[in-house]
Amino acid sequence: MMIIASDPLLSSDIGFSVVAIMLLKVVIAFALLMVSVMLVIWFERKIVADMHNRVGPSLAGPWGILQTLADGIKLFFKEDLLPERADRVVFRLAPYLSLVPAFLSFAIVPIGGDFTNGGDGTVSIFGHRTLLQVADPPVGILLFLALSSIAVYGVMLAGWSSGSKYPLLGSVRASAQMISYEAALGLSMATVFLFSGTLSTSGIVSGQATWNWNLVSTGFIPFIIFVIAGTAELNRPPFDLVEAEQELVGGFHTEYSSIRFALFFLAEFMNMITMSAIAVTLFLGGPNGPILIKQIAWVWPILWFFLKVMAFLFTFVWLRATLPRLRYDQLMDLGWKLLIPASLGWFLLIAALNIGEDRGWSTFLIVPIGLIVLSLAALLLNGAIKKAKDSSLHAADLSEISEGVDQ
Amino acid sequence: MLLNQFLILSAVLFSIGVYGVLTRRNGVMVLMSIELILNSVNINLVAFAAFREAIPGEVFALFVIAVAAAEVGVGLAMVLLLYRNRRNIDLAGIDSMKG
Amino acid sequence: MTGFFLSQIQGLDPLTSDEVLVAQNVFFALIALVMILAALKMVTTENIVHAALYLVIVLAGAAGMFILLGAEFVAVTQILVYIGAIIVLFLFGIMLTKGSFGTEEGELRERNRMAVLVAVLIVAVTSGSFIDSFRDAELNRQAPSTTADIGDSIFGQFIIPFEAISVLLLAALIGSVVIARRDQ
Repeated sequence: MMIIASDPLLSSDIGFSVVAIMLLKVVIAFALLMVSVMLVIWFERKIVADMHNRVGPSLAGPWGILQTLADGIKLFFKEDLLPERADRVVFRLAPYLSLVPAFLSFAIVPIGGDFTNGGDGTVSIFGHRTLLQVADPPVGILLFLALSSIAVYGVMLAGWSSGSKYPLLGSVRASAQMISYEAALGLSMATVFLFSGTLSTSGIVSGQATWNWNLVSTGFIPFIIFVIAGTAELNRPPFDLVEAEQELVGGFHTEYSSIRFALFFLAEFMNMITMSAIAVTLFLGGPNGPILIKQIAWVWPILWFFLKVMAFLFTFVWLRATLPRLRYDQLMDLGWKLLIPASLGWFLLIAALNIGEDRGWSTFLIVPIGLIVLSLAALLLNGAIKKAKDSSLHAADLSEISEGVDQ
Repeated sequence: MLLNQFLILSAVLFSIGVYGVLTRRNGVMVLMSIELILNSVNINLVAFAAFREAIPGEVFALFVIAVAAAEVGVGLAMVLLLYRNRRNIDLAGIDSMKG
Repeated sequence: MTGFFLSQIQGLDPLTSDEVLVAQNVFFALIALVMILAALKMVTTENIVHAALYLVIVLAGAAGMFILLGAEFVAVTQILVYIGAIIVLFLFGIMLTKGSFGTEEGELRERNRMAVLVAVLIVAVTSGSFIDSFRDAELNRQAPSTTADIGDSIFGQFIIPFEAISVLLLAALIGSVVIARRDQ
């Protein structure tokens, strides 16, 4: 029974050199993620500072690039406070619960490898052919969804175990938000699966070689939904109600200090990198790109992947610097009444197109009919929402009147 | 691996779940114990699916998960209602229909 | 230097299927032990949030069991739906009711003895019949089931149960909203 399949490294007999390569991959992924988190924090502070016309971190190292390291060392040596009313075990556990899923979900992202011209994306290390990702399970991208649903626990338990009012409110907001947007996230991914026909990340990437990106073939809408839902899932601005400083002091991590706070901070930025990497894998062709100089062919996929992820990271920072925070009911309305129906409707349309192709139906007929059916459904939904809102407003008016009579 | 090791594990979990349902009086705890029972059933279904190299066992495990989700939704709503009406969720306290 | 190191580790024998089996049994024993201990703690602990966390450990262990049994899709669904949604719903319910929901004071222990008896009887009877009927039936599945197989099965053979489940979920959704909403 071999579970972790489809990586050629594991299809042969598992000797100790294979184990050594696996360990090497794990260590490299770990180190890469840690270093890039450090740089991303600096990157975000510097870009936001530029957008605000400030200087930003500038003293530690050239251009302040070592600022994160300095902050980390400071946090590490700070006194570790435990609130008196905290639930000790859970309070200590929570930061790790949010950090570990962030690490693990990076394991399924292929960061390099040549997929062009029918290449299978493997590279040769020590005489073994292997994929440039830590694991390539057949359930691939579902693992990412599962891990991001575990990430809710860190936030939720941190807020609850602090034994204090504002963290609890922050964590209740966070868990509701993350669960709501996970549905839209999953549905927008489902459209990609329709095209790739596989859940494994390397399969999805090789299906997009070289320019056949899912961004275009799924028709842009799932990508837009994915980015919005992903931003909400990360609790990044403009969806950062979890830690709205003005309302909740600091949100779920108000009571945290020193190294535990640093772990939350680390997890947040690590999740940002992972979400960008997953979006690149799903929609932007992963490491696919032209190989410009044949002599160093293995460099180019890694370079393209890196550039695409950078573009995403910049977009996240840009969103933070420009958009005001949403109100909580606006957030829930956007998730449940717009993103989920839109992604579901688009999924159905694409599925109908696929079936039509199999059965030989005319595309020119399916698209208008599908769009008409979808817009009718949207109208119906809109009408129902409006009706419900009106009647609840009406009921609220009535109850106010009756309360007035009672007094 | 033997089939029996999975079956006996699930029997143990099942009985722990039954113990929870019988002893706990907190409504949420009773719901959680029921989840334990459903989960032990799932282990059984998947173990038999592996034993007979057949898919239907796994499909029914998925169905059980979906039914559990529905059950928790309704169950928690009822517990919330109970809490709102009585300010506690002690199941032994709901005896107003007792003759 | 690295070449020497590599030739050393490459000279070692690859794992045989017997060794894999031993590894599987070791993992089974570990996970089973953790699951049973967590389940026992879950039904006895006084703190309801801790109980939910122990339940998470049991469910994660069950997901591990599914992977050992070659049912990856069920394992991922277990994590995604059970741990990621159902238990979060429990915790959400516990937190929404301001903690007074959280602790049980004065748990009655008088039914304890009977409950232990019932539980032990269930274990004895069921494991007795399992041992009697499947003495040493071996699990020797060749390959794990694929997601495609499960999809074909759900949308082919089991399409009617699937539709029934979706109607049930819709009914439960509406039902729980109707039950839990405040009357206006």
